[in-house]
Amino acid sequence: MKRLSYVVMVLGLACTTTLHAQEVNSGGVESLRGTATLDETKKAETMKRVIKDKNPIARNYVHQPPMVPHQTRGYRVDLNSNKCLTCHGWKYAAETGATKVSLTHFETRDGKTLSDVSPRRYFCSQCHVTQADAKPLVDNTFEPVESLGNE
Amino acid sequence: MTKANNKKGFLQYLKSPNSAGLWFILLIGFAGGIIFWGGFNTALEVTNTEEFCISCHEMENNVYEEYRETIHYSNRSGVRATCPDCHVPKEWTHKIIRKIAASKEVWGKLTGIINTPEKFNGHRRSMAEREWKRMKENDSRECRNCHNFEYMDFSEQGNRSVKMHKDALGTGEKTCIDCHKGIAHTLPDMKGVENW
Repeated sequence: MKRLSYVVMVLGLACTTTLHAQEVNSGGVESLRGTATLDETKKAETMKRVIKDKNPIARNYVHQPPMVPHQTRGYRVDLNSNKCLTCHGWKYAAETGATKVSLTHFETRDGKTLSDVSPRRYFCSQCHVTQADAKPLVDNTFEPVESLGNE
Repeated sequence: MTKANNKKGFLQYLKSPNSAGLWFILLIGFAGGIIFWGGFNTALEVTNTEEFCISCHEMENNVYEEYRETIHYSNRSGVRATCPDCHVPKEWTHKIIRKIAASKEVWGKLTGIINTPEKFNGHRRSMAEREWKRMKENDSRECRNCHNFEYMDFSEQGNRSVKMHKDALGTGEKTCIDCHKGIAHTLPDMKGVENW
């Protein structure tokens, strides 16, 4: 009887360990990348193509930073220069036909309005990103806001 | 002595045995000329390569590194524009003028005027301005060696490109470098530069 209980205990332990090991391996969670263990590196997805040039893209929700409807390869925004503002700045927007940068970008964080783009709003690509030809990562029921010109 | 006599005398002199030396000298001069001219052009072509340009660390560690990120270094079809394609004219006369002007750059190398990144950045604006001025004055000649306005297909260009190329470039109001600054190298501080 004593021997039997030992056998049962050992078997039981062995079972839980195997189960446990399996759980560690699968991670138990399925992410957007599918099931991947920690020690495994999955092949990177192919790069998405950025659309070449398009008319402005309607916003999906209020206060959404508008998407960039053109390529921006090599456009530098740094201390020395800001390529975006050479078209989207108020001085050049009329000539180039670009959307003017919003006046909200002239405000500092404590609400003072400056005579040019505020340092906190200077780095365009922090909020405005290019639109790629990507599909939504997961199925969803999101509906863009109709009043912003979405159909 | 008359003119005819003089001519006859010269011919006779060439024909006489003791003039063999003169022929020999002429021959040496001719051969020497070919070797010198060929050598000169070969040396000129050697200094007109990317390898030669980046044999100086000033070029390799600054402008070359910046250029490697741009479309003129790496692109879809693998066609490249190397240093001399943009910075040295193709046509012989202009090339020689540019090469003579470049002796100042040799002096700069010897005196180490831009031999650290800090010194290089200190001179970046003045060096950039020199190139912008050169491009502006020759109507972006080196760009146009490859990018010919006559053969631009507007239907293949983006809306923005069509507008600017048609309105500004087509009318001759602007030249390539007026808009396309900093396409191959990092820009200096652009404060006060027109259109920036």
